[in-house]
Amino acid sequence: MDLKAEILCAGVPGHGKGLVLTAPISFWGGVDPKTGLIADVRHPQHGVCIAGTVLFLPGTIGSSSASAVMMELVHAGRAPAGLVMHQPDAILLLGFLTAAEMGWRPPMAVRLDKAHHARFDGCEIALREDGTLETAPA
Amino acid sequence: MAVRLSDEEEAIARGRDGAGAAMAMRLVAETARLMGAPHLLPVASAHIDGALYHGDSGTLFAEKLVEGGARVAVPSTLNVGALDLTGCSRQQLAPHERDMAKRMMQAYLALGCQPSWTCAPYQAGHRPATGSDVAWGESNAVAFCNSVLGARTNRYGDFLDIACAIAGRAPAYGLHLAENRRARFVFDLGDAPAAFLADPSSWPVLGSLYGRLAGDSVGVVTGVLRHPGEDQLKAFAAAAASSGAVGLFHVAGITPEAPDAATVLGGLAPEETIAVTGAMVAQARAGLSTATGDRLDAVAIGSPHLSEDEFLALDALIGERRLALPFYACTGRHALDALVRRGLKDGLERKGVTIVADTCVVVTPMMARKADGVLMTNSGKFAHYAPGNTGYATLYGSLASCVESAVAGRPVYTEQAAWT
Repeated sequence: MDLKAEILCAGVPGHGKGLVLTAPISFWGGVDPKTGLIADVRHPQHGVCIAGTVLFLPGTIGSSSASAVMMELVHAGRAPAGLVMHQPDAILLLGFLTAAEMGWRPPMAVRLDKAHHARFDGCEIALREDGTLETAPA
Repeated sequence: MAVRLSDEEEAIARGRDGAGAAMAMRLVAETARLMGAPHLLPVASAHIDGALYHGDSGTLFAEKLVEGGARVAVPSTLNVGALDLTGCSRQQLAPHERDMAKRMMQAYLALGCQPSWTCAPYQAGHRPATGSDVAWGESNAVAFCNSVLGARTNRYGDFLDIACAIAGRAPAYGLHLAENRRARFVFDLGDAPAAFLADPSSWPVLGSLYGRLAGDSVGVVTGVLRHPGEDQLKAFAAAAASSGAVGLFHVAGITPEAPDAATVLGGLAPEETIAVTGAMVAQARAGLSTATGDRLDAVAIGSPHLSEDEFLALDALIGERRLALPFYACTGRHALDALVRRGLKDGLERKGVTIVADTCVVVTPMMARKADGVLMTNSGKFAHYAPGNTGYATLYGSLASCVESAVAGRPVYTEQAAWT
């Protein structure tokens, strides 16, 4: 199953297991920048690790420090392997833009309507340079 | 989505004014492209959230700007750092983190920012004019700046805030544009219980409920008959910006762009009207507590940072008693200086209040590490973030409940049983 998504930030193409968040998240206070674990106890996926996943975000909320957490995840090697957003969030994506300015090679970020997210949960996904999301046949 | 840069902006992005200014301009321009902004616009001031240490990467970024010769082009206040540089309180960062956090704070000062170190810059003299364009970070400050002051800013994340301050420009999109400031939905308090609305702990609860329902859309709160006071609007804004992506709200008859609901709705019908009920506020209030039972280990207030008025209220509630539990009151130098002038600081500390300046207990490790620790707060924002950031479970109560609980050493609620 292939689906082409719009590229938001050109980064390093990557692959990993699809992780579809079921509720919006605030990265600051919601994700541990050292480990990539979801730290928000009120989030339904509390305790799940986002590092190395192809992460699908239905939405983001909360603090304007999300970009700092995202850049730290990139710097610490705990970032997602790819980011798929329902809509671009300047705060979160700035973490990638800044990481790129620093020469730290952030992953790619693409836009895909959240109606298409659920089918990717748990799949092995490759995020290609042209924004294609490729899954291995089941 | 092409952004049109002026010749000057283009030249700066290519390095005319040095490597630091170039990096800042590129970040602003790249964000403009991402958000579909056709051009950049000048900003009058900035409030910068980027000086809080989250890891070494942020320090290295700020130092790269300094090395590149960058300076802020507009008056720029700083949000909290990870250290209390006034010496009022001590954090427990490990030596490496402490050094990196300090280097980060120094780098932002070297860029020309003011050492305000507060998340309530709007109560520390930084009040941009209604209708002016500014670039502010820190979610509560953004919501307050847009909503209560009527200045125009998007929610500038860490690093874009300093980039805009150095460039003196921001992408022209979102809440900078009048058409995006119109209210789309109504949040009506007309049917909410009067006893609840009169309770001082209602505004953080309402903010939390509003934020969850609003997401990132703009709404107007109706049914507010009297101005609740600036500190209550501050608490509402902070809670709304924690539970949702709220950058702007209006309160009909109270905030500057909403002389009445019809005006701020642009003469159009609201897309939705939410009639707030007693059951909704009771549920929202319950959602601010993650603990149950009689255990209590500490109390923390001051998110956003306490104003001078809030300190006076705290002092009056404590009276001559001594607090039995650790009690953290977070604030900025603007209020700390006022406390010293009034001769209240030493007395509060003698009664058992730990004054925390320049930072706060939820952004830097300061409270004793405890398994199953329970923290009481009157802040919707602390209630939201404390469990993830500190490991403490939360109990939500009014300022009076926070004080009575700290005196008694266990949770005590002064507000009506129906709202606890």
